[in-house]
Amino acid sequence: MDIHEYQAKSLLSGFGVSVPPGGVAYSPDQAVFVATELGGAHWAVKAQIHSGGRGKAGGVKLCRTYHDVAAAAKSMLGATLVTNQTGPEGKVVHRIYVEKATAFERELYLGFVLDRKIERIRVIASVEGGMEIEEIAKERPESILQVEVEPAVGMQPFQARQLAFGLGLNMKQVSQAVTIILGCYRAFRDLDATMVEINPLVVTKDDQVIALDAKMSFDDNALFRRPQVTEMRDPAEEDPREARAAEFGLNYVGLAGDIGCIINGAGLAMATMDNIKYCGGDPANFLDVGGGASPERVAAAFNLVLTDQNVKCILVNIFAGINRCDWVAQGVVQAAKGLRVPLVVRLAGTNVEEGQKIIRECGLPIMTADSLMEACEKSVKLARGELVN
Amino acid sequence: MSILIDEKTRVIVQGFTGDKATFHANEMIHYGTNVVGGVTPGKGGKIHLERPVFNTVEEAVRATGAQASLAFVPPPYAADALMEAADAGLELVCIITDGMPAQDMMRVKRYLRRYQKEHRTTIVGPNCAGIISAGKAMLGIMPGHIYIRGNVGIVSRSGTLGYEAAAQMKALGIGVTTSVGIGGDPINGSSFLDHMARFQADPETEAVVMIGEIGGPQEAEASKWIKENMTKPVVGYVAGLTAPKGRRMGHAGAIISGEGDSAFEKSEIMASYGLLVSPSASELGITVQKALASIGK
Repeated sequence: MDIHEYQAKSLLSGFGVSVPPGGVAYSPDQAVFVATELGGAHWAVKAQIHSGGRGKAGGVKLCRTYHDVAAAAKSMLGATLVTNQTGPEGKVVHRIYVEKATAFERELYLGFVLDRKIERIRVIASVEGGMEIEEIAKERPESILQVEVEPAVGMQPFQARQLAFGLGLNMKQVSQAVTIILGCYRAFRDLDATMVEINPLVVTKDDQVIALDAKMSFDDNALFRRPQVTEMRDPAEEDPREARAAEFGLNYVGLAGDIGCIINGAGLAMATMDNIKYCGGDPANFLDVGGGASPERVAAAFNLVLTDQNVKCILVNIFAGINRCDWVAQGVVQAAKGLRVPLVVRLAGTNVEEGQKIIRECGLPIMTADSLMEACEKSVKLARGELVN
Repeated sequence: MSILIDEKTRVIVQGFTGDKATFHANEMIHYGTNVVGGVTPGKGGKIHLERPVFNTVEEAVRATGAQASLAFVPPPYAADALMEAADAGLELVCIITDGMPAQDMMRVKRYLRRYQKEHRTTIVGPNCAGIISAGKAMLGIMPGHIYIRGNVGIVSRSGTLGYEAAAQMKALGIGVTTSVGIGGDPINGSSFLDHMARFQADPETEAVVMIGEIGGPQEAEASKWIKENMTKPVVGYVAGLTAPKGRRMGHAGAIISGEGDSAFEKSEIMASYGLLVSPSASELGITVQKALASIGK
């Protein structure tokens, strides 16, 4: 799960991380109000979408008057921002953040990831702030400082000092940086994050160290125990189909093709999609119905797949383990009544004979297949209109 | 011989009295697994599926001499169940649970290091289908009838794709020594490499199938080990050629985050280390057949 910059700053400041004063706004009037509350004479108006690269795309505007703040807010709110991370369709801006503008002398990079190779939280810092970490890794790898956290005891102050001194900070700045680094680490651990990124972490001319931007992503598997994170969910930033899928315990990712897929198990689902491509077709979606796919879940899966208007046929591939083929077949038959596109069903595993019997005897025009290859070949032909049910 | 489990292995079920656990424990018993009891805190003293229920894993091990467990415990309690199993001295725990927080698994693995390697519990999973030694014992949720006993080992992140491999092999008369599901999570109890080493040491296993997917370093790490240590042919396959970058594809660990994470890169790496890479998921069976033919089997 992702959250907005202003939410990340709110969470992190609770862990002792210094952030510039700011407030969220949903309209130009609110933006101006926030600016007046903040005081001062310069503000940054920042588009709040789940994406990096907003600055380069015009999503951050520096303003010196309330009039400018209102104009910046007006231009951003409701507009579509296209960054190098959103894809060409971009994201609509519904919220903005007005922050007291901060003059700075140095821009640094600070990031935290759960590294699956070493199975540890890895802390990364670099003097090359303002660049994306992939760029830094490619162009200035020698500037990257790293520390691995020992989970038995957590990140230690000496490790934070190692990074801070390595960044060339003076003693006044080092003590603030250590507070920020340890604060970010504790937030990562205590909120079950998968990523925390402060880019840039800035140093001002009077030795203040401040997180000028903040990004956080969270482990979906841990949300059950992090209500302060789940309450920050923004449905406007999520694909509505994927959100609806999650409500039914389904995993759905929309793609560009025309063969709708309903499969149990993520690996088999990916393999089936790959096999469809191998046979010359194009999958419309990834959909894992998971273990224990009830008739209700299967029906929900069909409805979800069909919300994609591009779908020209549906391929159901269920290899039963926890699932039972007869149970799945019942759900398929129910959902297939009045289906507007042709359907291929391949069942295998537990109770396969009972399942196939239900499909054969249901009186609906459902094509069956015994093997993965047969199922994919048939679905490709159906999508092309080369086969008729 | 098979690896990890056989018909003699004494097995308990953690979370024994839950609905799903009961269903699968029953299947395991009918398959021939030596299930000796189970654990559900608060239900100790009861009899379930004609076997004793205990309050703690430690009691269960003391009373039954259990060596392995199948853990069917919801995500909030999974890490606790694993650490309890380790402290009780179980040699092997297979954790089916889908939805464990990644940092919990990180801490569990760190916890296991309390014990020297020789005394350290082997964990398989989480988010896996389990382990089956064909014709001998099942520690998981797989449909037993799709496996015939033979000479090929399977190690897979995906459960159902592992079933697909076994079914294709069965259709060609090729059987399995042991199939291990290592699960779809980013931090798992044991990796491809861990089980590949076991298969290399198992006299019954003459070839191995390694079924990977996008995300993570384990396919590459295992491939390198295979080149340097394996004397038996290995068939490889990586799911997710059509997966878009940066999207989590069902499994928590199935995400292309960086270099080397994609199915294409992993397939190339496998091939470069001498694995026989199956060109598609529908050719797993015939690729295994080719691998066996190459050693005259």
